[in-house]
Amino acid sequence: MSDDGLWFFLFGRLNAHAFPFVRAWENPNLSELIGAFAGALVVVGAVVLVALLTWKQWWRPLFLDWVTSLDHKKIGIMYIVIAGVMLSRALVEAVLMRAQQSLAVDAPGIVTPEHFAQLFSTHGTIMIFFMAMPFLTGLINYVVPLQIGARDVAFPLLNSISLMLTAGGAGLVMISLAVGEFSTGGWSGYPPYTGKVFQPGVGPDYWIWAITLSSLGTTFSGLNFAATIYKKRCPGMHLTRMPLFCWTALCTSILMIFAMPPLTLATTLLALDRYLDFHFFTNDLGGNMMNYVNLFWLFGHPEVYILILPAFGVYSEVISAFSSKELYGYKSLAAATMVIGVLSFTVWLHHFFTMGQSADVNAFFGVATMTIAIPTGVKIYDWIWTMFRGEVRFTAPMLFSLAFIVTFVLGGLSGILLAIPPIDFVVHNTVFLVAHFHNVLIPGLLYGMIAGYMYWFPKAFGFRLSEIWGRISFGFWVSGFYLAFMPLYVLGLGGMARRSQALFEPDYRPWLFVAIVGAFLLLAGLVTLFVQLWVSVRDREANRVPVGDPWDARSLEWSVSAPPPEYNFATIPQVDRLDPFYWLKERKEAYKPADHYQAIVMPKNSWVGPLVGLAGAVCAFGLVWHIWWLTILGFIGVWAPVVARSFVRDVHRTISASEVEATDRRWLDLARTTRPVPRELETEPANLGLARPFPTQVPS
Amino acid sequence: MTDTALADPCRSGRPGRAALRLASLSAIVALLPLGGCSVLDHGVLGAAGPVADQTRSLFLLVCTILLFVAAPVLLLTPIFAWHYRLSNTKSAYRPQWGFNWPLEGFIWIPPAIIVVVLAVLLWRDTHKLDPYKPLASPYPPVEVQVVALDWKWLFIYPDEGVASVNEFVFPVDRPVHLSLTSGTVMQSFFVPQLAGQIYAMAGMTTQHNLAANRPGRFRGENTQFNGMGFQNQKFPVLAKSTDDYASWLAQARSGRKTLDEGAYAALTARSIQAEPILFGSVTPGLFQTILAHDDPGMPTAHGHHPK
Repeated sequence: MSDDGLWFFLFGRLNAHAFPFVRAWENPNLSELIGAFAGALVVVGAVVLVALLTWKQWWRPLFLDWVTSLDHKKIGIMYIVIAGVMLSRALVEAVLMRAQQSLAVDAPGIVTPEHFAQLFSTHGTIMIFFMAMPFLTGLINYVVPLQIGARDVAFPLLNSISLMLTAGGAGLVMISLAVGEFSTGGWSGYPPYTGKVFQPGVGPDYWIWAITLSSLGTTFSGLNFAATIYKKRCPGMHLTRMPLFCWTALCTSILMIFAMPPLTLATTLLALDRYLDFHFFTNDLGGNMMNYVNLFWLFGHPEVYILILPAFGVYSEVISAFSSKELYGYKSLAAATMVIGVLSFTVWLHHFFTMGQSADVNAFFGVATMTIAIPTGVKIYDWIWTMFRGEVRFTAPMLFSLAFIVTFVLGGLSGILLAIPPIDFVVHNTVFLVAHFHNVLIPGLLYGMIAGYMYWFPKAFGFRLSEIWGRISFGFWVSGFYLAFMPLYVLGLGGMARRSQALFEPDYRPWLFVAIVGAFLLLAGLVTLFVQLWVSVRDREANRVPVGDPWDARSLEWSVSAPPPEYNFATIPQVDRLDPFYWLKERKEAYKPADHYQAIVMPKNSWVGPLVGLAGAVCAFGLVWHIWWLTILGFIGVWAPVVARSFVRDVHRTISASEVEATDRRWLDLARTTRPVPRELETEPANLGLARPFPTQVPS
Repeated sequence: MTDTALADPCRSGRPGRAALRLASLSAIVALLPLGGCSVLDHGVLGAAGPVADQTRSLFLLVCTILLFVAAPVLLLTPIFAWHYRLSNTKSAYRPQWGFNWPLEGFIWIPPAIIVVVLAVLLWRDTHKLDPYKPLASPYPPVEVQVVALDWKWLFIYPDEGVASVNEFVFPVDRPVHLSLTSGTVMQSFFVPQLAGQIYAMAGMTTQHNLAANRPGRFRGENTQFNGMGFQNQKFPVLAKSTDDYASWLAQARSGRKTLDEGAYAALTARSIQAEPILFGSVTPGLFQTILAHDDPGMPTAHGHHPK
């Protein structure tokens, strides 16, 4: 074997230039230095993390209590941690792109076209697959079993595998910062541009395998949540008694099951093109990239609702809780959710009205798209009427919900404009489109996720988040959004193409300046979110809510301690109507001990999930760099733990009845001795998580 | 990318806005209404042709209708939230009220009616403004074959036997019929002030119809990202009087450059073309040859390999 052959066998396509540090050393321009700095952040971040874990001796608890845990609550929290890390990276990238565009009007700016293209590709890929998806999956994971009165999801081990596959994909995107480069084909990765002929490097391969890992994880999550909601509801919890968040989670799960396979298929076929010279999407030999475009958006449009529906669920919970009132039009909302789910599969073509279809086809999909506006509009009104004759408190999650309603409507309106093909023709592929989807996804997803995080945080950790910092953060997120994206509508109408590294129209400049100010405000929103977390952890003793119901809320998750015990409920609840906890409190039947307690069987921790995720990432890394021995090793590594696990019989452990009873009685004693607080004091330290009953009715 | 690569053929040479660069944050915001709105002239709102004109009318009509959709939400949300705030002890409180049939009708029916109205409008105008539909005109259309390349546009005038790169010229008031394909990855052809955009894809043709109703210089661009020269892939669109168009054709022919397969192959190299190129003659059937390179379903030897 020659030296080259040996090198290729051992390291595939890896060489010194794969490392941004080497590239920056050889060619120290600003763009390469920024790249090297980002790569260095990954490396330094990893080193600091390892050092911190070692210094604090957190390795054992990290692995034994968290990474190997099958507890849906811990898995949910880990998902949200991933989302937070990835959000930080992708938001910094967004600021960098905005900075580039505002500086690059008739000027070179700070990053090269290559670098800029990687920025918009990673920004989109991360925000969708590694920020939004983990965030909503995390919330669903944490909340749904508690809301339906279950002890865990239907398949706890599969849940851990899903998490770790997503983490593996996210890890791969992070590694691409320090080793090699990322795709320049955008988050949608259209061939033939992402084919081997036009992008022979490793970029699209990183994209393909990161997406594939995460989409597999998401498919499993969808199956898991759907099975959980169908099969694990407590006695009396009919589908029509589930909190609305469960409805949206169910709809999202169904969409995940049916929408992720077209994506997995599209990326797999693209991989076959790139690795084995197939011609599915090439220009020649019978390939046809239009098939990719259809497959991608057959996933891509339902994906939009996968992202938005859980946030709709959060808003339903938050607005109802902070209006101290039952949700208006519960059945309407549930029906509208399912209608949106079905319609979301009938509109994918509106992503490419400009591909030359006949007017009949375009008009059909345009009308189908508009139809979605009806159930969506209904939902908006249902939330507005939920506040009607309520007692509204402007806590941070409620503020995000109100900002969502107003802002989302504007995004919906630009969506109606885009649904009309002739109008789409003049703003498609411009920053008008960029403004539109940020205008629906920031309020329709991110605000919802932040609201949900702030709303359920006291449940998960036992103390409230700082209200002041929550409001400051809210101020930045909302003002930042308007300043960053409203100018893009104007610029798009002025014909500014999206994904432009440089611009040659001086008239664009003032609007781009406003947009960069907005981007910095959004970054401040993120920073203040972290400040809020830090301040709240520091002051946690003053803000504890151990009794578990800090917001005087209505569904079952608030009927247990904060944080809840591992098994969620000492005894499985019985439900006889919607908003069961509200009615328990109303009938003075809350906080009562069970007649008798039983032993509870819970799944033991397992190493299978983390091993599968790690091996999956290793396999993908081998594929990216053509290191075939590593690929095979990784592939075996994915399956070996799964096979081995099927021989393990001892997978459960039992918590004795006496232990369950002791824990429960300790909490009930606490609830009995705690002073209930009125709503006026709910953001004060006096709030220990026990609500003073509201009068049932106040005449006007 | 070097500085020279950033040269833009469409640069209009307006005076710089050095003052803005130095202005403080608040000053920028304050200056916006004064200096910023000319940006809209570059898009469909600065319509200079019949297609863009009708699209602009449709856009403004739909925006007006949408005002009525947005208004109730934008009004009711703050009003309800504020009126029913906890500290307002005078407001009613009905925690167990959650459904009302007449209200339900109010929530479902008006949005449905608006969507039906918009759908009728949509169906009508999608057909009226179908890019494939020839424009009504007493004059025959100018035929132009458009090839998207990295990172430039090739315009072939088969009836005239001339071709140009990065300069799209046609006479005012005569409709233009475009047949588009790509010699590389997918791109999107867009002249915002004249008409909407349409994709150009290898091995396939798409069609487009546009016209200008006043002489002028407009910006044409590719809006589908296609690599490192994407941002520079702009071209001037010149709508000229009949006489000026004739003299442009004469100018093209006088250059004696020939666009044959060899010249085309040179154009397919990935590069930014700052200055327009004119070809005085074109190999007949070149557009069909380019199409056949990458015809899906027609196996060919490996086509071109860019770079």
